[in-house]
Amino acid sequence: MAKNPNRPLSPHLQVYRWSPQMAISIFHRATGFVLATAGMMTLLWWLSAIGGGAQSYATFQQYVVSAGTDGTALQFASNWFFRLVGLAVTFSFFQHLASGLRHFVLDMGAGYELKTNRLWASVAFVAAFFATALVALFVASRFLGVL
Amino acid sequence: MDSRTNIGRVRGLGSAKHGGEHWLKQRLTAIGNVLLTTWFVLSLLMIPSFDHAALALWLAQPLVAVPMILMIANIFAHVRLGLQVLIEDYVHDDGLKFAAMTLLNFYVIASAVFGIFVVAKLAFTGAPA
Repeated sequence: MAKNPNRPLSPHLQVYRWSPQMAISIFHRATGFVLATAGMMTLLWWLSAIGGGAQSYATFQQYVVSAGTDGTALQFASNWFFRLVGLAVTFSFFQHLASGLRHFVLDMGAGYELKTNRLWASVAFVAAFFATALVALFVASRFLGVL
Repeated sequence: MDSRTNIGRVRGLGSAKHGGEHWLKQRLTAIGNVLLTTWFVLSLLMIPSFDHAALALWLAQPLVAVPMILMIANIFAHVRLGLQVLIEDYVHDDGLKFAAMTLLNFYVIASAVFGIFVVAKLAFTGAPA
């Protein structure tokens, strides 16, 4: 069937005032995408570096964790890139987990009252934020020599 | 060939009985992911050392390799379902949609097989020096 590009469109995201309930829906998708791509590719690189032997694990560490004092410019840039990826993936994990658990409750038919719905959407964001901060502090103190 | 419209052809036939399948699989893999990623995160927190020899020994244990393989398979099954919805909702051109779905299938199957192979090889044959 031919599509008429001039058909009227339903109002999209930009015409609504943002609310936690709305944000959590789009964040669930965005964080899912981050986990599916950056998260899983980094995990597979880590696993294959372990399986590949000491040499390949050293390469993984130089590019992802820390290049040490004699690293190349590319490795330092890569380190910072993967710190950002790590932060994004960690937040995405907790956000996707929290809003996924919220979905289970909604699937049972509970939690649709306006105030309840809004409350738990906000709780999911706050929980994800604090869990991410906790992991970031843990990693910074244990592996990066900060704190 | 009849001259009826698509909607006229299916009206009154009832559902194809597959409508709930995607939704249900998404929830079932989600439950699996909650369990398996909780195991994974707790394991990461409890690993005493992150040098290569210790990690290789850790990953080669049956009680680590098996949940790791399950986690890889389950996550990529969930990725397959979730990104399918993203493509259906945001890619409107039929050709692009077909290409994106093909790419998605290649991506999840290749990645899952690669990950499972890596873990299984390490568990069966040990890490090279």
